[in-house]
This record gives sequence, structure tokens and C-alpha cells, in this order.
Amino acid sequence: MVDTNGAAMPLLMRTPRIDQVGVVERAARITKRSIKKETKVNGLLLTLNMIDLTTLEGKDSEGKVKQMCYKAKHLLDTYPGLPTVAAVCVYPAMVHTAKKAVEGTGIRVASVATGFPSGQASHEVKISETKFAVEQGADEVDMVISRGKFLAGEYNFVFDEIAAIKEACGNARLKVILETGELVTFDKVRRASDIAMYAGADFIKTSTGKVTPAATLPVTLVMLEAIRDFHYDTGRMVGMKPAGGISKSKLALHYLVMLNEVLGEEWMNNQWFRFGASSLANDVLMQLMKEKTGVYQGKDYFSLD
Amino acid sequence: MEKNNTLKLKFESARKYAPAPESRSAAKINAQYELFINGRFEKPLSGKYFDTINPATEEKLSQVAEANDADVDRAVKAARNAYENVWRDMPGAERGKYIFRIARMIQERARELAVIETLNGGKPIRESRDFDIPVVANHFFYYAGWADKLEYAFPNRRPQPLGVAAQIIPWNFPLMMAAWKIAPAIATGNTVVLKPAETTPLTALKLAEIIQESGLPPGVVNIITGAGATGSALVNHPDVNKIAFTGSTEVGKHIQRAIGGTAKRTTLELGGKAANIIFDDAPIDQAVEGVINGIFFNQGHVCCAGSRLYVQESVLGEVIRKLKDRLETLIVGDPMDKNTDIGAINSRQQLENINKYLDIGRAEGAEMYQPDIELPGKGFFCKPTIFTNVAQSNRISQEEIFGPVLTIQSFRTDDEVIEKANNSPYGLSAGVWTDKGSKIFNLTTKLRAGVVWANTYNQFDPTSPFGGYKESGYGREGGLHGLNAYVKF
Repeated sequence: MVDTNGAAMPLLMRTPRIDQVGVVERAARITKRSIKKETKVNGLLLTLNMIDLTTLEGKDSEGKVKQMCYKAKHLLDTYPGLPTVAAVCVYPAMVHTAKKAVEGTGIRVASVATGFPSGQASHEVKISETKFAVEQGADEVDMVISRGKFLAGEYNFVFDEIAAIKEACGNARLKVILETGELVTFDKVRRASDIAMYAGADFIKTSTGKVTPAATLPVTLVMLEAIRDFHYDTGRMVGMKPAGGISKSKLALHYLVMLNEVLGEEWMNNQWFRFGASSLANDVLMQLMKEKTGVYQGKDYFSLD
Repeated sequence: MEKNNTLKLKFESARKYAPAPESRSAAKINAQYELFINGRFEKPLSGKYFDTINPATEEKLSQVAEANDADVDRAVKAARNAYENVWRDMPGAERGKYIFRIARMIQERARELAVIETLNGGKPIRESRDFDIPVVANHFFYYAGWADKLEYAFPNRRPQPLGVAAQIIPWNFPLMMAAWKIAPAIATGNTVVLKPAETTPLTALKLAEIIQESGLPPGVVNIITGAGATGSALVNHPDVNKIAFTGSTEVGKHIQRAIGGTAKRTTLELGGKAANIIFDDAPIDQAVEGVINGIFFNQGHVCCAGSRLYVQESVLGEVIRKLKDRLETLIVGDPMDKNTDIGAINSRQQLENINKYLDIGRAEGAEMYQPDIELPGKGFFCKPTIFTNVAQSNRISQEEIFGPVLTIQSFRTDDEVIEKANNSPYGLSAGVWTDKGSKIFNLTTKLRAGVVWANTYNQFDPTSPFGGYKESGYGREGGLHGLNAYVKF
């Protein structure tokens, strides 16, 4: 077996092949679960609590970030007992602002880094950007892997880079974005997942949100099964974050059912699962109000931030 | 670091979804059903009725007529009359129109049919809704399309119908089996007397209502209910030209003996004990899922169920561990709940038979594993079960159990597993899991099984023939091959 403490490259020959047809079928079967009543309400509340509320735009300003952080704290104050989101996710330059805005709430600040979203930056720039984000107060770092190097077969480069960023993170938790939309095949997604986890990832994450397709149920299934195998082999838990394209409650509940039935209840919290999403929260709030009052409310009753 | 095999994932919550029951009111079930003969619902000359129950609750759903010899004779006469005076000589395009209409009506009433199938048979509503009823409609659509194209199916051979077909079907896929039998028979110009299984007559009787409404000429399809004696009378009726039977190998042999020396043609689709083979280069997670579907689909009441699992020794531990984890997330219980994965065993008798084999397996020294779950207090239920430490010489790996019971054996080489897989009196189906195409083709040519699935299992399509080798029967149903069983030249 490979040594996990010293972060050694996994034996890629042990990475199993993935059958695309079977994965799609299993994911479709999971969507057949019918989630009703209290299970639905609990699932929706959990979904809110697992959201990394995200703004990653070139036009992000301090004002925008502050407003989003306020939303993170106060999802819908007319609905008592709502949780907060798990974290806010911003660019490194906005970490300081976000950190101040969510101070004392338990909401974590996640920062993308390493030349997000393309990852096309020098090693030094990636390390210093990561360090900057952590110094600014980021609790979590969302890095991107070098997909070009990965597709060129330079797996050691990808592995070493992740391990170096992990070191630069210090105590901050590291989420590794595979950008599955650029890896294309499930075999490659699985291989990248194994490399990331053995290199020290605390989370593996599907997408930047800047590439289509972003998160899908089948690709998430492949990554959850990689996490399960890693757990079997090493005893370590790794988190999962599907990101991009999850904007409806029903889809979010499908993800939770998948998580529940692949990894089990120990993963069913925001320590080990996140949704990277900007517009999911409002749809969940709408559904919660519908469950409570029996009728749907207009979308203008829910704040946009 | 040592590979850690003691960790166990926790799935308590996976079995605790809030109930999501399908509405029973979607189905109208009469208090009593008669025999469907010559386009009408007729009281049985026997004067007798028997109860049909819901195996998940043991409650009576309805009572249905029991056809005696005289009733069988009436039904065969009606079929003969319809054959000679209407159906045989009707242009294929006209026959096709009726069959298309039946197919559409099945689709329109899909929900009701699914609910009744689940209430009467015990299978999960998810399966009757997403699998059984769509396949039923597809079969009628498919064979409706052939009705006016038979001369293209058999170029230059002038296919002719056989006459009256006696069709006897099992309880595991009640309406689907009726469709597999009726659709090709009437598309080719034959008329039919169909006997559904004693425990699951209701969807066939609903189909009789649909057929009546469709305006199909009286007598083309007759549906009579009863138990073994009724089936025997039908098989032995001298004016029957063709017997199509799906069911146990034991009854299949009995039919063979009964019709020896007659000109009756037969197709038999009998039991199975399919090998599902996982090689070490297989996509393991998908293979595990395929094994689960292969054996626990329809509570394992599937003649082509993948009941013998062969795993290459180098991945045996991993596969067993993953199977056990997956068992934890299977929901066993109320078949009407949309989240149920494994419903009720079809009858008390079948449950007793399965339990008998669980005892045999343990007595033979195999290790039995079942998830730690509670079964409903009433009704016939069985936990999904896997046996490890099984030998080829064990009865549980030789005999058809027809329940949610999987035996697991290991193998080392390709030749060894081919030999073991073929070492069975049955030969209906098999599964192969490997990432290597050449290995798949090597196995498919050497496995003595009517269907071999590669990197998937239990896939059905009306265009694809289905049937067995050896004691799994002969003749093919489905596809172009399925027409062959209902024509002469």
C-alpha cells in the first residue's frame, strides 16, 4: 500500500475502470427515490446548511460581497429556525471583506486560489496566492488542478502540485477542483479523484462553475465511490462538493439521497458535503415555505443576493 | 499502511425515508371475476371461485372463477371459431390495427395496471411502473408492427398461422408474460386461450377488459383462470395446436410428457440458475450494482436472475464487502411505497420454499449474510440474502431458489469459470463483467446460455429474443425469432 502520511502517489494501476452506462443507470435509479414530508423538510434544511454561497465574478465588489454575506447569515428571517449556509466562497481579494462580514456566525470563508478558474499560472504564483488567501483569513481554499498537465499524462506533476498547495494551506481545509467538464471521461475523473485524495485533499470538488457541463449526478457518483474506496483503504474521510448547475431543490435532494446511500450518514453534514451554488438557496427557501404554508409564493418574496 | 477492513459505513438513515405510498384508489378491482370467453365475461360452468390475495398484507383482493374441463372446452371452441371464421383470414394490416389499439389502451391505463400488478403480485410499484407495464405496451406495439410484414420476416416462405394457441404463464411477471405470449400469437393470425397463474390473475383479467373494450373480434383472445388442473386440461385439449408455457422446469417436463405423440407444437421457457461473472478488471462498483439488480430484481422471482455469482479471487474480498454495504441500503417492505426496492414474496408456499433453501445452505456449511432489518409483521417477506463459502457441489448453487438469495464462489482463470458456469442443468442467461472486449467475446461464445449480458444485467427489449438452453427450455420469445414460434410454412 501507498503511504498516506507522507503523501505518496497512489498506485494508478489500482484505480478501477468505470463503466459509463452503469454509472448513468445507477444515478438515474437514485432519482427514483421519492422524498416526502418530514424527510423532505429535513433534507431541505440540510441542503441550506451545506451551501457554499458563491460569487466569483470579475465584477465582484466589496459591496456585493458584503450583501451576499448578509444573505448567508439571514436566509429568510421570517422563517424561524433556519440554519445559515456553510460558507461563503469568494476570490482571494475579497476574503478580508467576507471574513469581517461573517465574523462570529460560524459561517466559514472559502477562497478560490491557484489561478482559478484555468489554473494556468506559475507554481510560485499559485503558492503565494494560496498563502495570501489563508493570511487574509480563509478557512478553506478551493484550488483547481492543472488539467492540461493531467490530460498530458503528467500525473506526478498534478500530485506534487496538490501536495504543495495543501502544505501552503496550513490549517485551512483544501478543496480540490477537478473540473470534470474538461476531463470528460469517468475513467479520468476517477483517476484525478484518487490523485487528489492521496495528495491530501480534504474535499474533492467537481467544477469551477465556469465550464459546461459542471456538476452532474453521474460524475458525483463516480467521485463519491472514489471517496468510499479511499476510506476503505486508508480510514480517512474526504468531503465532496458538487458545484455549478445545481439550482433546484429537487436536484439537491437527489444529491443528498446519493450521498446517503453511497457514503452513509457520517457524511451527511457540512463538514463532509457542500453544494457550490449561487441560486440554489432561494429555491430551497421557496420549497420550505411551500411545505409550511401549502402554497407556493412568488419569487419576489425571496431576496436576491 | 495496512488495508483497513474493519471500517463500516453507516446507513441507518437510508432506510428511514418518510412513506411515499402510491394511491390504491388508482385501481378498480371487482369483488368477483368471471372467465373471459368469446369476448364476454362468463360464469364458470364449474360454479367454483377461488380467492386471490395481496401477498404483502394477506388480505383478499377478489375472487376469480375456476375453469374446469368444460370451461376449457368452451374457451378452445371459441378460439377455434374465431380462428377459422375471422382472424386467420383477416389482412395483417387489419390485425395490426387491433393490436396497436390494445397497446395504446395499456399505456393509457398504465398506472392502474401497475397498481394492480403490485397489489396482486407483491412486486415494488417502482418496478411495475417503470419496468413491467412499459415493457407490456412495447411488446404489443412491436408485434403490431409485424402483423402486416410477415412475408418480409420470412421472405419467400409464405408463413401461415398454427391455429389455437394454449398459453400458460407464471406469477412473476403476470402481465408482461401475457404480453409476450399474446402479442406475437395474434399478430401472426393465431387465436389464444391464456391461463394466468393461480396467484396473480388480476392484471390478465384487466387486460381482458381492455381487449373487450378494444373491439377485438370475440374469441381471438380468451382468458381463463384456475390452477394446475385447468392448465392440464388446456394442455391436453385435442383441438389445441400450440402450447406456449413459461414456468417451472418440473411442469415443463410434465407438459412434454403429456403431449408426446401429438402434433402440438411447444415453446417452453423454464427455470434458470444464471452465472454472473466478475473478472478482476471489471468496473467493480458498477458490477456490484449489476449483481444487486441481477438477483434482487422482483425479489429474485426471475427465471434469468443472476443467482450464482462467480468472482475472480483477487477481487473477492472487495466485491463481498461492497455487496454487503449495498444490501444495507436496500429498502424491503410495502410494495406500494415508491421507495421500496424489495417487495413481498409472491406466496406463502414460495416463501416456505425459499426458507427451506436458506436452511439447506446453512446446513451445507455456507455462510449466510442478511442485513439487520425488520420485516413487516404481516405478509410474505424475505431479507435479501447472500451466501459466501459456497461450493459448486452445494444444493444452493445448483438448484433454482427463485428468491432473493445469492451464492458467491471464487475462480482463478477464464477456463475455470466457463466450466463452472456451464456446470448446471440450466442455461437461460449469464452475465459477464470485464473491461476487456476480447474476454467478453470469448465468454459469450462459450457460455451455454440463451442470453449473455456484458457489463449489464436484466435488460429486456421486445426486439431481442429470449429463451434458454438445456433444461431452461427451448424456443425463443421476442424479436423476429418470437414470430417463428407461431407460424408454419
